[in-house]
Amino acid sequence: MAKRIDVSGLSAYYGSTKAIEDISMSIEPRSVTAFIGPSGCGKSTFLRTLNRMHEVIPGARVEGKVLLDDENLYASSVDPVAVRRSVGMVFQRPNPFPTMSIYDNVVAGLKLAGVRKKVVLDEVVERSLKGANLWKEVHNRLNKPGAGLSGGQQQRLCIARAIAVEPQVLLMDEPCSALDPISTLAIEDLIGELKSQFTIVIVTHNMQQAARVSDRTAFFNLAGVGQPGRLIELDDTQRIFSNPSVQATEDYISGRFG
Amino acid sequence: MSAATTTVSADARPLGRALTANRLPKWAPAAVAAGSIALGCGIGAVGGLASHLQWGLISAILFVAIGYALSARVEGRRQAKDRLATSVVWVAFILAVVPLVALTFYTIQQGADVVNGYFLSHSMKGVLASGPGGGIYHALIGTLEQVGLATATAAPVGLLTAVYLVEYGRGRLAKTVTFFVDVMTGVPSIVAGLFILSLWNLALGFNYSGFSGSLALAILMMPVVVRSTEEMLKLVPNELREASYALGVPKWKTILRIVLPTAIGGITTGVMLSVARITGETAPVMMLVFGADYINSNPFDGPQQSLPMYIWQQYSVVNNDYGYARAWGAALVLIAFVMGLNLIARGIARWRSPKGGH
Repeated sequence: MAKRIDVSGLSAYYGSTKAIEDISMSIEPRSVTAFIGPSGCGKSTFLRTLNRMHEVIPGARVEGKVLLDDENLYASSVDPVAVRRSVGMVFQRPNPFPTMSIYDNVVAGLKLAGVRKKVVLDEVVERSLKGANLWKEVHNRLNKPGAGLSGGQQQRLCIARAIAVEPQVLLMDEPCSALDPISTLAIEDLIGELKSQFTIVIVTHNMQQAARVSDRTAFFNLAGVGQPGRLIELDDTQRIFSNPSVQATEDYISGRFG
Repeated sequence: MSAATTTVSADARPLGRALTANRLPKWAPAAVAAGSIALGCGIGAVGGLASHLQWGLISAILFVAIGYALSARVEGRRQAKDRLATSVVWVAFILAVVPLVALTFYTIQQGADVVNGYFLSHSMKGVLASGPGGGIYHALIGTLEQVGLATATAAPVGLLTAVYLVEYGRGRLAKTVTFFVDVMTGVPSIVAGLFILSLWNLALGFNYSGFSGSLALAILMMPVVVRSTEEMLKLVPNELREASYALGVPKWKTILRIVLPTAIGGITTGVMLSVARITGETAPVMMLVFGADYINSNPFDGPQQSLPMYIWQQYSVVNNDYGYARAWGAALVLIAFVMGLNLIARGIARWRSPKGGH
């Protein structure tokens, strides 16, 4: 189910501004890859190019190739809606649908794709909420509004919603930045469990988090204000944090940056 | 200068440091209000001012002025300014509410005796205008049908226009649409009526009908629906759209199943308010629906009646006490109808609005 991603020569633009330039990397299946780097270096932009969410912003466009196993996501015949079905996403701020109950939030992707059978939906709700470590907390109030949960629970609900459509890859854009340490821990544990099934890519500003959860880490940087972001290096997390091959990475990680 | 000689009194310091100060008691504003009203009425009575409106205005000015002066004397300038702002807000609130309450009260007082089962279920057919009797059944039918048809035309078009402007519209076309919607918001109802009259009735040769009136009403309603729906759709956080896209939901389905349901409360309120607005329109109805004394429940053929036109006819054409009474009765029914719509809109908004909390 999990797929590998190969990116080659990828640049992304907002109108005439180049946000990231010439990025090439491989993301291994069934592993966690963390993106770190200073604000504005294009981590989130790059993440959003991996499921064609970048282009929903008016004026945004992408050059280059993203291969999911061997299929180019940016080939002209590819439907972005189908891409997003196989590459799911969790956002920085929890964003459950406010009009829907917990149950409906989890199966929103399936219901909106036309799945109606109650048996199937019930099963998916239980499996996804268990997968997101939320089942025990909410199983007796599935019909309550999703917006009534705490921030950490809402974020796990969003993860449950993302894994309910059974994507091959799960992208997470700073999923813990709005959460307290306890909820963060819950989500980090969850990431560790999910990687047995999914290819996970996580953007984070928290270096301890990258060190804790990821197998491989990519460091992004930008040459200066207004310059596009670039990939500096991608390596095993252990190597990045102990003995990186580029000086800038070491400076950033040890806080001697800038 | 040495430190000992620079002792400054608290008043002279640019920022007072004391935490305690003289305060007016809690009941002071109420007392000032009561005093000003008494004084205002006294001045009015002594000065022989006929209009009670003048009494009220004098009281209001006295209330603001006395409150400020008193507070400035006891509490200091900053507190006084605060009290001044508070009392101006109160006066403005009362000025806004008094006409509304007075209008509702007066209409109920004048119309309550007239409105009964007979009045609601009979037309004016065969009723001598100079005598008693008759009712508004034909006008009620006309208003319901004309407003219903106008809503059925304008609401979907307006809604879809707003969806286009917020979700799809980019560049020239969207700007042009926005511009014309703004222009249309300012079109006087008589102009909308003339437009339909020249297009539908004169150029295309259709007869007077409720439908022709509802076309003019639809023109008046559409821009209001577009604007209110647009504002509501803009309030839907972009994160929800992105969350939906990220689940592999196509854009049209995202709009239909995520964006519109999230905004439905506000959209309904906007539509209901615009319905309320056109329900009271008289000018285009006079021109296009023509008016009738008998029941015509077919809005597509022949003249009909409507409540606002009925009120106008009873007041200015019939022009006697029986006519006035019928006009008040119809006015009461019209206000009740509009108020009922507003209540329904509020109910729907509360029922459908996104639920937070526990």
